[in-house]
Amino acid sequence: MAPSQRLDIEEVGDVTVAKFVDKKILDEANIQAIGANLFALIDEDGRKKVVLDFSLVEYLSSAALGKLITLDKKVKAAKSKLRLCCIKPEIYEVFEITRLNKIFDIKATQEDALQGF
Amino acid sequence: MTPHSDQFEVEIPSDYESGQAVVERIMAEVGQAGFSSRDEFGIRLSVDEAVTNAIKHGNKLSPDKKVRIDFQRTDAGIRVEIEDQGSGFRPEDVPDCTKDENLECPNGRGLMLMREFMTRIEFSPKGNRVVLEKLHQR
Repeated sequence: MAPSQRLDIEEVGDVTVAKFVDKKILDEANIQAIGANLFALIDEDGRKKVVLDFSLVEYLSSAALGKLITLDKKVKAAKSKLRLCCIKPEIYEVFEITRLNKIFDIKATQEDALQGF
Repeated sequence: MTPHSDQFEVEIPSDYESGQAVVERIMAEVGQAGFSSRDEFGIRLSVDEAVTNAIKHGNKLSPDKKVRIDFQRTDAGIRVEIEDQGSGFRPEDVPDCTKDENLECPNGRGLMLMREFMTRIEFSPKGNRVVLEKLHQR
């Protein structure tokens, strides 16, 4: 069975903007579905420039961070590019604590993320 | 004024839905405790990580095993004790994911987040019980 769609996908020029539809990315079933949706962007659709928009996201567990790290590896292997944007301050703190702000290209707004991508 | 105290203890099956339900119950109590939004965020994240760990890594989703959760709210703050029926683990064996060589490792960040956001986190010697404590900053 195909995983439920947990991302809103929009094409802006040659960039794919994927916006999380969930406020809380906490429970395991949801995280699995989100992981499947994210990986399909690279593995199946072959998208080259992806912006992940976190504007609706209020909570994010460490398992969700794990999915983002795996996505980042797939992006690098496929020679695609990934940017993250619109991360709320509390969640950005999670990226700072775990030092994941060092491996992800994080922009304040979607406009910033699209600029020069 | 009389000191305030609320407490509940529950035993839940090892499934994520039951885990989420107990996290919501705890957060309803936390919401009345007067923490800042940053603290509430950190408590939710930490309790969720600990309950998920107990269900997934501790009890390995076994229908025969339960997770016991004891919650207390006092004027000083909150305390959550979470115990699974698994074989336990050694927190010191979890790699430090902030080291350069481990940055891209997809697992092991839950413990780090709990330590950062809570006032105190303590594991039993066997490693199948954890106490999370968040005190008000006076």
